Amino acid sequence: MTEEKTAQTDASTPIMTASGVDVFYGKKQAIKNVSLDIPENQITALIGPSGCGKSTFLRCFNRMNDTIDSCRVTGDIQFAGQDIYSSKVDVVALRSRIGMVFQKANPFPKSIFDNVAYGPRIHGLAETKDHLEDIVITSLRRAGLYDEVSDRLNEPGTSLSGGQQQRLCIARAIAVDPQIILMDEPCSALDPIATAIIENLMDSMKEKYTIVIVTHSMQQAARVSQQTAFFHLGELVESGATESIFTNPAQERTQNYISGRIG
Amino acid sequence: MSDDHIVTSFDEDMSRLEALFLEMGEMVAEQLKAATRALRKEDRVLAKQVVKGDRQLNKMEAELNDLAIKILALRQPFAGDLRKVVITLKSAGHLERIGDLTRNMAQRTNTITKAEADTGPIDTLIRMSEIVQDMIGSIMRAYRTGDTELATLVRALDQSVDTSHNALFREMLTYMMEDLRNISGCMHVMFMAKNIERMGDNVADIAKELIYMNTGDWPEGKRVKSDKTSKMILDPDNVET
Repeated sequence: MTEEKTAQTDASTPIMTASGVDVFYGKKQAIKNVSLDIPENQITALIGPSGCGKSTFLRCFNRMNDTIDSCRVTGDIQFAGQDIYSSKVDVVALRSRIGMVFQKANPFPKSIFDNVAYGPRIHGLAETKDHLEDIVITSLRRAGLYDEVSDRLNEPGTSLSGGQQQRLCIARAIAVDPQIILMDEPCSALDPIATAIIENLMDSMKEKYTIVIVTHSMQQAARVSQQTAFFHLGELVESGATESIFTNPAQERTQNYISGRIG
Repeated sequence: MSDDHIVTSFDEDMSRLEALFLEMGEMVAEQLKAATRALRKEDRVLAKQVVKGDRQLNKMEAELNDLAIKILALRQPFAGDLRKVVITLKSAGHLERIGDLTRNMAQRTNTITKAEADTGPIDTLIRMSEIVQDMIGSIMRAYRTGDTELATLVRALDQSVDTSHNALFREMLTYMMEDLRNISGCMHVMFMAKNIERMGDNVADIAKELIYMNTGDWPEGKRVKSDKTSKMILDPDNVET
């Protein structure tokens, strides 16, 4: 927290805790001393104007920033009692526990079945062919896609509609049995109906998973999340229960941003 | 909060909503003032004008409702803007209700003036009306200037309306006991007093809503209410005159 006042929060056990996180791209500091708890089995929305650092912060949670040479992350992010930036952490295993869904659906150029089976195969999660099939079907069901594709599992993933492709990517993330799913603007390329289907899916998914979503749509943050964190110029200005943030934010900067005024 | 919204037409809609609400408040205060004057002067023409004037108030409320719903549907406001739209919508309902109560007061004035019914002393009733007129004026100023302190003050003022109502209730019972021919006129005065007491409650509700609109928090604790007429009994053998 960079400032003292916060909106009301709902008490819940954090599954992940970020403390004093700084992120640098070369000399430029993109995230400044951010601390945030991610409550378990809830949806946390990260909002803020373009370039505020919300996506950069999201990518810290499964070390996706490691792939950028100039990027340096300091501070502490605890998951399952461990600092995920510790040298002992197996990043591939970490990313199976903390999956990610991106803005643009990115199915592999493989069949629907193989898209979902890919993760369990490389992580050796399936003992038999039947077991793998079980995982694929369960994952597609949990992603709310199975009924639409059950008769064409061998067709290419890229043959699906945009919304279906995004749900295929969610199924692919679910297939390795993660605890947390990070979503970086998952609906920004989708029409309102496909968006509503994904939002409904997220709502049902939170019983089993913890979700952190970056979204440009404040309406979407208000609709889907229980906790909202507002970022501005690399700082976490305010976080708290979504209802409080959108009806009575504590910080003037939050008020100005969410009510469409120049902050 | 910064004053200017990125979308200019949003500001225009919000300004129009505020203006409509303030206009309604001004009209409600004028109606009550006129209804009270009609009663004092036994002026049936003015009383009828008040009755007619209520239609205009209803129209204004309908326009405000439409605009508030349009803003909610098309602009989807958040935070302070959301509170302003919802509370203005809700408080406009209270103003409209005060308008209805004023119309009823004017109708009763017309009835008792036409019948030349004896009503007994109406000074207390006039005083109640003046307090409520002040409350309306103050609450509209509190809305315009975002003055939470003034809204809190107005909320507390309603107690003096209740106290006057108690006194008038007793006065009227006494007057009716003195002479049965007074009953018709006095009953109308008592209903008018009840109307004004309800107007005070409506203004106090607006005050509570404005506190929430300005701060995001509802005022703590219940408002002190002093209307004791529901428990009042006068013994005919023991009336002080």
